[in-house]
Amino acid sequence: MIEVGLNHFLIVSTFLFSLGIYGIITRKNAIMVLMGVELILNSANINFIAFARYGNFGLQGDLIALFVIVLAAAEAAIALAIVLNIYKTLATVNIDEVDSLKD
Amino acid sequence: MITLILSNLSVNIQAIYPEIILSLTLVALVIFDLIFNKQKKFLPLISIIGLFFAFIFVIPEFGTSRSAFPTSENNSLLSIDSFSAFFKGLIIIASVFVVLFSMSSNEIKSCPDRQGEYYSLMFGMIIGMFFLVSANDLILIYLSIELLSLSSYVLAGFVKTSIRNSEASLKYIIYGSTSSGIMLFGISILYGITGSTNLFEINSVLGFSNVPQITFLISILMIFTGIGFKISIVPFHFWTPDIYEGAPLPITAFLSVASKAAGFAVLIRFIEITFAESLSKSGFWQLIPYVNWQNLLVLFSIITMTFGNFAALWQDNLKRLLAYSSIAHAGYLMLGVAVLSDQGLTAVLIYFSIYLFMNLGAFFIVMLIANKINSENIDDYRGLGYSIPFLSTSLAIFLVSLTGLPPTAGFIGKLYIFFALVDAKMIVVAIIALLNTVVALYYYIRVLKVMFLERTDKHVEIEISPLNFVIILALLAPTLIFGVYFTPLVNIAKNSIQLLGF
Repeated sequence: MIEVGLNHFLIVSTFLFSLGIYGIITRKNAIMVLMGVELILNSANINFIAFARYGNFGLQGDLIALFVIVLAAAEAAIALAIVLNIYKTLATVNIDEVDSLKD
Repeated sequence: MITLILSNLSVNIQAIYPEIILSLTLVALVIFDLIFNKQKKFLPLISIIGLFFAFIFVIPEFGTSRSAFPTSENNSLLSIDSFSAFFKGLIIIASVFVVLFSMSSNEIKSCPDRQGEYYSLMFGMIIGMFFLVSANDLILIYLSIELLSLSSYVLAGFVKTSIRNSEASLKYIIYGSTSSGIMLFGISILYGITGSTNLFEINSVLGFSNVPQITFLISILMIFTGIGFKISIVPFHFWTPDIYEGAPLPITAFLSVASKAAGFAVLIRFIEITFAESLSKSGFWQLIPYVNWQNLLVLFSIITMTFGNFAALWQDNLKRLLAYSSIAHAGYLMLGVAVLSDQGLTAVLIYFSIYLFMNLGAFFIVMLIANKINSENIDDYRGLGYSIPFLSTSLAIFLVSLTGLPPTAGFIGKLYIFFALVDAKMIVVAIIALLNTVVALYYYIRVLKVMFLERTDKHVEIEISPLNFVIILALLAPTLIFGVYFTPLVNIAKNSIQLLGF
């Protein structure tokens, strides 16, 4: 059995971060893009908690993660409201079709 | 940590009086809107009173240098110094103007029952900016950026029935939350490397021990992404034209001035505190050479101003043109930061105070004209110089000032940036910036040409209310006066570059 160490957590978080960026870039559905953003925020959370645990930095990292969870919820609420509004005005949540503003 | 804060609670609370007043105003706006929901015209009044009292408490912060909310013996969450006071003053001035703009904006008036929401969200933005300009801790920086952004996402899409508004807010929240997410990831890596999120503690860690170079550089670039997004420098600018064009005009004006000011304040504080190596008599900052900030910032600013100016050449929508011009101005401001000296910082502060008036002025005139003709297309401005001479002349003055021609204030702003560049022996950079100004001349003058030299049969009448007349004069006066008599402004800027800890 190998011991789970800091590196394992960092690999998971980096993987999540990359998946989040990939989702934001490739997905056309606005909801899926927002899910990508949530992945990024949570990958940062994993980092904070892992560093606080294995670096012996005290509780600060865990506290930051709590703050970020709250913020992510607030952001998701606002983002969903905005997407809902887009759906009402344009009847689509495909961000490729939301393109009246461009050069 | 808790005991540290509690033992000096009253002192700490005193340090955030302006923020407390703004929060109380926010609450007052919400409650007033709930109870007296027929009397919408008092909401701007309450906002201005709140801003006025906040300003009264900001004034004594000039010249002070103290910290609030300690996290350990030497470090704190907030620093209250002349630098933050200067930016708070700028933000309040911009907010007062934007509240006044909103009173006569057709877009905002088209939602009469949601006025309370509008002003309270605006105060959310202002509180975010206030914490941002004095934040010392990366987490506080992140939280205030989010407070600022979350409010502005909603405000950008304030008119829910307008397709343009909804689209702007969707794009803004996608770009904005991604960039702040990347910034948070960068902060988490930096926390892992240094064991702290406090700028002073990170500074002392960097001074005494070696950190892994590449990881450190990546984390700094990620944090830079988040801040760069706020000040819209290339390559984090792509949201700017769309959101500026789509959002209601008062909000566009607010984003282009106040939120950019807060972004620059946090960038300067981040660079100067995190990387400070030692004090230097000559006024040039001695930075820890982990990151070559000078080259990095010069590179970004040259790309930014060149891109902004050239992209503006092809714009037909005046709002979009001003968006690209604001990208270009971010480039000039960034050059002032890139000098990494006290003189450069002074130049940035001078430039910002002037940029505030001329940019708000340009947006206000565009808004008044758009209220009437429902368009921001430059083609629709044909012949306006003859039918509405006062508005057109004012717009002409603001645009000439944005170009940076004497005798307007914009010239003084650019002059000080160039002085700082030449004193730092960055002659080539100064020449590139100068050539950029020539490019800028073309697209600003094009608007003037359409307004004054092209005739049309269409006649436009715009009634200017006394209040709007006063607002225009209040914006014109500094734009013209600072162009010839700028000593007081320079003195204030020189006294405001003092950051806590230096």
